[in-house]
Amino acid sequence: MAISSPPTVLVDAKDLTIAYARPDGGSIAVLYRVNLQVRAGEILAVLGPSGCGKSSLLRVLAGLLRPTEGTVLYRGEPLKGPNPGVAMVFQTFALFPWLTVLDNVELGLLAQGVAQDRARAKALEMIDLIGLDGFESAFPKELSGGMRQRVGFARALAVEPDILLMDEPFSALDPLTAENLRTDLLELWLKRRFPTRAIVVVTHSIEEAVFMADRIIVLATTPGRIVDEVRPELPHWRDRRSTQFQQVVERVYELLTGDRARRLAHLKQLIPRLPNATVSMLIGLVELIHDRGNEADLAQVGAELHFDVEDLLPAVEAADLLGFATAHAGDLKLTELGAALAAATVQEKKDIFRARLLETVGQTREIVAQLNQTEDHRMPASGILDELERHFSNEEARRQLEILIGWGRYAEIYAFDELTDDFYLEPGGVPAEAGSG
Amino acid sequence: MSARDPGPALLRTPRAWAADALILGSVAAAFYLLLTLAPRELHRSIPSITIDLRPSALPEYALLSLLRMIAAYIISLAFTLGVGYAAAHNAAAGRLIVPVLDVLQSIPVLSFLPTVLLAMIALFPGQTLGLELGSILLIFTGMVWNMAFSFYHSLLTIPEELSEATRAFRLSPLRRLASLELPASMIGLVWNSMMSWAGGWFFLMATEEFSLGKQSFTLPGLGSYLAEAANKGNFTAIWWGLGTLVALIVALDQLVWRPLIAWSEKFKVELSEGQDVPRSWALNVLRDSALLPACGRALRTISERVQEGRHAPTFPHPPALRPARAALGRALGWPAGLAAVALVLWGALSLLRLIAALPAGQWLVIGAGTGATLLRIIAALSVSLLWTIPAGVAIGLHPRLARVAQPLAQIAASVPATAVFPILLLLLIHVGGGLTIASILLILLGTQWYVLFNAIAGAIALPRDLLEATEVMKVRGWARWRTLILPGIFPHLVTGGITAQGGAFNASIVSEYVTFENKTLQTIGLGALISAAAADANYPLLAAATASLAAIVVIWNRLFWRRAARLAEERYHLG
Repeated sequence: MAISSPPTVLVDAKDLTIAYARPDGGSIAVLYRVNLQVRAGEILAVLGPSGCGKSSLLRVLAGLLRPTEGTVLYRGEPLKGPNPGVAMVFQTFALFPWLTVLDNVELGLLAQGVAQDRARAKALEMIDLIGLDGFESAFPKELSGGMRQRVGFARALAVEPDILLMDEPFSALDPLTAENLRTDLLELWLKRRFPTRAIVVVTHSIEEAVFMADRIIVLATTPGRIVDEVRPELPHWRDRRSTQFQQVVERVYELLTGDRARRLAHLKQLIPRLPNATVSMLIGLVELIHDRGNEADLAQVGAELHFDVEDLLPAVEAADLLGFATAHAGDLKLTELGAALAAATVQEKKDIFRARLLETVGQTREIVAQLNQTEDHRMPASGILDELERHFSNEEARRQLEILIGWGRYAEIYAFDELTDDFYLEPGGVPAEAGSG
Repeated sequence: MSARDPGPALLRTPRAWAADALILGSVAAAFYLLLTLAPRELHRSIPSITIDLRPSALPEYALLSLLRMIAAYIISLAFTLGVGYAAAHNAAAGRLIVPVLDVLQSIPVLSFLPTVLLAMIALFPGQTLGLELGSILLIFTGMVWNMAFSFYHSLLTIPEELSEATRAFRLSPLRRLASLELPASMIGLVWNSMMSWAGGWFFLMATEEFSLGKQSFTLPGLGSYLAEAANKGNFTAIWWGLGTLVALIVALDQLVWRPLIAWSEKFKVELSEGQDVPRSWALNVLRDSALLPACGRALRTISERVQEGRHAPTFPHPPALRPARAALGRALGWPAGLAAVALVLWGALSLLRLIAALPAGQWLVIGAGTGATLLRIIAALSVSLLWTIPAGVAIGLHPRLARVAQPLAQIAASVPATAVFPILLLLLIHVGGGLTIASILLILLGTQWYVLFNAIAGAIALPRDLLEATEVMKVRGWARWRTLILPGIFPHLVTGGITAQGGAFNASIVSEYVTFENKTLQTIGLGALISAAAADANYPLLAAATASLAAIVVIWNRLFWRRAARLAEERYHLG
């Protein structure tokens, strides 16, 4: 898009850190020292696993969220509130159910003080452009998901933003509808049918990013930061089956799963951040890799299962953490233990899983040790939650607690009482060696 | 899942108790201030009003009652919007307001009836204005809490992305209120307004005709008409009065509430289209006429004019941006807070000193009264549960029965128990049973509907697949009740029980002490103690009895209903 002169920097985000305060006075960063520029003429994709702060990053660019540290400049001016140059498209559309399509599209214009008749004309033009004509007086609930998101696009484009921010705009749609809408948007963009100068799209779909973007920013978690930047440098329209396209996809997969030494170093800490995968997902993945001869290409597995990074990566990380598999250069390879797990009976699977869980996840040992110190082998989860909150944001600490409950229950290391929020040991079901771990 | 939110029960209990203590202290202080206003003796300065029992007088009485209700409702709505908005938008205000509302809504307001009316009579000697204001104030306190909670809760549960959209598109606070916050809370506001009106009629009837000893305080209205008719044993007048009341309530239901509910459907936040959409013939008529669109256009023009004075929003709560304002707030906040705490302490201590003057023997009387009242309430609640659970489940599981029974039950439930009470008393005193039975019946009348409607709602909400599963597995009879129906409707029964209990306490207070055919009848109970103490100007006893009642209700809610609600939420929550 950019012609010969260097592209204008529309948004310049410098040293962004987003941190939440911990009860003990410290803080937990969800995003750490991120530098990012949005340049005129580009589609910028922000890609990363869940919990990497990509949505928070988008909200900082939109001026909806104030960064703990760092500044966001829009055309050289620091933001003091909602960014005047952006419009936003939301994952769940964020349409006002009690307003008609036309009223929804007009809303942003009226809020900016555009006169009613001009707002109406502009809204009708956008409705026409985005392929919604005939639906002006319909209410959002009468529309299909794809049409609803079209309203979201029309509403955003109506205010003629410099930058269009999109927060996983296609992820709530079925694959066919998503593809249809994505193609339409890209076509309007490539044909310059609206005056917006840059698009930032947050996504967890690697294919989507490679298909649309001029630049892909890859984020890693704990805390979220930029791992690298990938430029597909392929002409539009891009052929997903082409070798060049697949090479870019592979490269992104490598960035996301690679960097293994660093991740394991982090996981080996006393309190590792457990990936948000259920035991079924983990064992399902291990069995799948086992069926393919104990080694498989992750990009391929993801494409076959129609899994996004969000779905697949936690299970990969969990398998890696527990020593059932190793991820390297976009491939996942089972360890001997992993192969044994895949071949085991239901009860043996539990035994293997229990042993690995107690060995690698210190929190489970801690819970058992604390339970063994109480007379009735019962204690409230609040103590463990407090402990977790010293390492994670409150929301993440709750998630970690749930993962600990889910994994530990499957392994029969401890049980959990939903009603009283207590951890307890099942009489007779306690692995004797667990207490000393 | 409990692990998601272990906050309330695990971590906040001590603070909740502290908050309760503080709030009860404030209520005590307010109560003490009211008591200091109350006259030492009841002077007969209120012009006595004779109630005209001819049917031709009824339209005027109905109008007067309706006006009292409307006045109380307008105050409630203003309070709801102001306080709910403040609580949702200001974290500090929310921390104060929410527990206050929570305690206030659980205290039986009618226990303040004698005190409030005495204070109002003293403030406006020789006029009925004090009585009118006292009546409206009591109706207001019966109406407002659930509305305020509903609005506050709606504001808090606005989907995050919608609220972000209003900021991303830079809507002014006023436009935000008009296009997001009011619409999003509309359904809850309409339903709760309707419930508040039902509760309001109950209070209205109790406050229009009110006696202490030989002195009776009468406001012209439907409630006093019915009381007078029963007092005179005039059955023709009783039927005319009841007919008017029911006609008024049904008319309001058809002409105001049904249309409002059908209209508010469009404010559903979910985007999916429901199966069972409320409908209203009155709304259809309105929609067909040209009047409504014209009004809409006019309103729109006005609101656009108003919106022109908007300003650009900034980051929410930017601490760095407004140091001056924050410092000012602190400077003003501390002395004001200290003054408030001092006032609360002074009031609570004064009340305690007053109560301390009570002879020890009187505490035994209060204890016996409390026990009697509690027993009566438990009896009434048990009878309610016994008949409403089978009836409600039958109605809920059989749509054809529901079509006949539900409207009938709704009409029956719409008649405020306090309106029927004088008639009930008239029958029971002559047939036998007296006030003890009559008061249980009154409590039953006032509470059973809450349980019935919740049992119906619970049965309707039982998932189809679970019902089919029990049929396929041939789980029948008691086993079916035990495994599916009772656990499935349990959360609804808890909701119904909490509401019913609130109504029960209020009903017990007005039913234990009555003046009838120029005789004062009373039975053992806290309500009787409160009324008798007010009649004798025995303020230490009045204070002690009222305080005991408030404390018992709050403790009972915390110890029993909170746990039941938590159990319902965690173990028996369907879907």
